[in-house]
Amino acid sequence: MPENSYAYAVARIRAKELALLNAQSVEALLAAKSAEDCMRLLEEKGWPADNAKTPEQLLSAERERTWGLLAELTDDLSVFDVFLYNNDFHNLKAAIKLAYTDQEPHGVFLANATVEPQMLFQAVKSRSYADLPERLRGIAEEAYLALSHTGDSQLCDMMIDRAALTAVLEAGRASKSPLIKKYAELTAATSDIKVAVRCQKTGKSLEFITRALAPCESIDVVSLAAAAASSQEALLGYLDSTAYAGAAQALRASMQQFERWCDNVIIELIRPQKYNPFSVDPLAAYLLAKENELKIVRIILSAKVNGLSAESVRERLRELYV
Amino acid sequence: MDKMGIVFALLGAALAALMSGVGSAIGVGTAGQAAAGVVTEDPSKFSKVLLLQLLPGTQGIYGLLIAFLTLTQIGILGGSPEMSLTKGLLFFAACLPMGIVGLWSAIHQGKTSVAGIGIVAKKPEQMAKAMIFPAMVETYAILALLISLLAVSGVGRLTI
Repeated sequence: MPENSYAYAVARIRAKELALLNAQSVEALLAAKSAEDCMRLLEEKGWPADNAKTPEQLLSAERERTWGLLAELTDDLSVFDVFLYNNDFHNLKAAIKLAYTDQEPHGVFLANATVEPQMLFQAVKSRSYADLPERLRGIAEEAYLALSHTGDSQLCDMMIDRAALTAVLEAGRASKSPLIKKYAELTAATSDIKVAVRCQKTGKSLEFITRALAPCESIDVVSLAAAAASSQEALLGYLDSTAYAGAAQALRASMQQFERWCDNVIIELIRPQKYNPFSVDPLAAYLLAKENELKIVRIILSAKVNGLSAESVRERLRELYV
Repeated sequence: MDKMGIVFALLGAALAALMSGVGSAIGVGTAGQAAAGVVTEDPSKFSKVLLLQLLPGTQGIYGLLIAFLTLTQIGILGGSPEMSLTKGLLFFAACLPMGIVGLWSAIHQGKTSVAGIGIVAKKPEQMAKAMIFPAMVETYAILALLISLLAVSGVGRLTI
């Protein structure tokens, strides 16, 4: 699609960005007395609260509305598939475990995925993987075999997580969008760091860590794996020497800060798109900003439901796009 | 060859109108798409985005002006359309600044208007500033208009 074809779409997104939550709106949500009050405030901001009785329904309705808007703005939604790969691979994990334990699925699948979850489940259950997209086909068979031979669900998860990262990286390389290319690389790098940190904390072997990491351009996974297998200091020291020194700094504070850092770097990546009047990139940025907003609202609503203080929530809040 | 003078002169007039017109159509069309996007979400901004959409339309008018002046000078609209090949080529060259600059400036002004429409979508009170950016591109269309205007008038007075 020529870049000028996005002039209409980007202009609509600019108008829509006015309704994104800003720091003031987040403060208002934090000051609300209950989750119901928060939902009322969100309704005033234009969230579709009509049929949403619970926070989860509200979040799901808002996500659906965002995807509906993107479907109106572009003929080909597949350009945004890369953002749904995580859900696909999550569903694959669930499908494999359900098929292995011979159970029926009940609310375990994520609805927002590129492959219909029931179809995925049936494919795994019947071991007929031909109908699955290529990125899922091989790993579905491989992970199911690994689980059935070893009974090790952690190994199965690790294999699928790595395949998910490889799929994101491949989609990034194939994409014409500079933002999606950078997003794919950043997602793979931050996920590799997350995996390395968890492996280091649980004392995994160098062999396991090496198998779990997906090679990407901005980080040397061999050195990362070696550092993670060695010690926490070695891991943080290695990260300090890379472009992801911020991750080391956040990890020194807490895991929570690190998780926050991972989301914040994505927001930093998309922020320049606020000033880009053409191309699909501002649409992708809006989608990621909306996902970030949904995450923030989910944190606040859960805190309200569980009676957590505004201060403890503030520590978990991510940066905003607007 | 004695008839080729008028052919080149007319070709110059046609290119001035054609290229500037094409540029304006692209510029206004691109800005129009963005304007429609904003109006879809907020119809109250119609008049503001319409002004920004129209800015790249001026090159088409300038091209028309140069073409009209050239047609008058070369006798197509009355008088004798006889001229030497040299004079015809001079008319052709005189029309080129408007044609080429008109085409490119209108396309780029359209893109700048789209960016300006993005400003109006978020900050309608900054409308004046949003208009200045595409208006800057207009400078070069006006310079080209001036040169083509002076050149066409000057060539008309030459006896070669």
